[in-house]
Amino acid sequence: MAIYQALLELADDHLVLGHRISEWCGHAPMLEEDLAMPNMALDLIGTSRTLYEHAGELEGKGQSEDDLAYLRGERDYRNCLLVERPNEDFAHTMLRQLYFAAFMYPYWIAAEKSSDEVVRGVAGKAQKEMAYHIRHAGEWVIRLGDGTDESATRMREAVDALSIYVDELFDSSPAAQEAEAAGVLPKRADLRAEWDKTIAQVFDEALLTLPAVPFAQRGGREGLHDEGLGHLLAEMQSVYRAHPGARW
Amino acid sequence: MLATAEQARAWEAAAAVPDPEVPCVNVAELGILRWVRLEDGVAVAGVTPTYSGCPATLAIEMSIEAALREAGFDARIERVLSPAWTTDWITEEGREKLREYGIAPPEQAAGSVRALFGEVSVTCPKCGSTDTEKLSEFGSTACKAHYRCCACAEPFDYFKCI
Repeated sequence: MAIYQALLELADDHLVLGHRISEWCGHAPMLEEDLAMPNMALDLIGTSRTLYEHAGELEGKGQSEDDLAYLRGERDYRNCLLVERPNEDFAHTMLRQLYFAAFMYPYWIAAEKSSDEVVRGVAGKAQKEMAYHIRHAGEWVIRLGDGTDESATRMREAVDALSIYVDELFDSSPAAQEAEAAGVLPKRADLRAEWDKTIAQVFDEALLTLPAVPFAQRGGREGLHDEGLGHLLAEMQSVYRAHPGARW
Repeated sequence: MLATAEQARAWEAAAAVPDPEVPCVNVAELGILRWVRLEDGVAVAGVTPTYSGCPATLAIEMSIEAALREAGFDARIERVLSPAWTTDWITEEGREKLREYGIAPPEQAAGSVRALFGEVSVTCPKCGSTDTEKLSEFGSTACKAHYRCCACAEPFDYFKCI
């Protein structure tokens, strides 16, 4: 079930990042951002829900979106490593968001040509949401990068910390390669030029440079994660695991 | 003829449902009620969510189904993802109601990444001034941003152009 697996990878990216940024709810430095974070989280979680539901239907074993989100452990999660990185500070959070949205925006545009109707439906909406995320996160990266000595230092630290997770975005797992060959999902490797362009545009204004990456960290698509994902899932899944089959 | 009249009656019933978060407009004016069809005596309503994660989607679907049942139909909801909803689907009447309610309706054709770093000029729904500033990209609900009028000092919600 290559397409099921490929959709699961995509859904996991969105759910894990959505949950990560929802952790800012009630903790953001200002009210506007306290609203912005859950709003962006909703976009991502909403996208993941449709993808999980569709993946479950294609698999045909009766797994619901809740089963897929709440009953798989971290070794079964196939999200890329970038999205599970901890929030740290606003520099890390916004750079992670920019990196992801700058990838997903051209991805969803390309996915409008998918042979799968549900993927096309998701693509139409999600690309607009990703454009919004690029703008919001991009403005923060510029504000911090071209800000005070402190904010610029933190922004550079975020760039150093997160850039090793970028290359994995453009890798396609064997399942994703099958889905790409079948015309269901876009080819990830084709999106690099567009991503580079978006990041260059932001970094130019933010007085940042993309570092050369001597070693790219990979493993998420094989279920090899940082221990932080286990903590995230433990929090996210605790209610459902305590009350299996609960509906709300 | 009879079937057509029944279908029109079903549409009327479904269309009267207000949006739970923006109750000044109904689901037809907002453009999220796409169609109502009679299929073997069952009224089927096609509904398109505004945003991927709009928390009101389920409540809206349940309200439409309830309204159809209230009007005497067996009812079912079909979620229509494609084409994706855009603010262009808000009717003229809907826009006017939003303005009266104090929410600035979307200004321009739903854009793409022209949005990227592009600023739009938004008209204050209270005094009509275009001297306004954005306070937050994200407002009280997922579909709105938050603005302030520099002329009359009133803060207001702006329906995002998406």
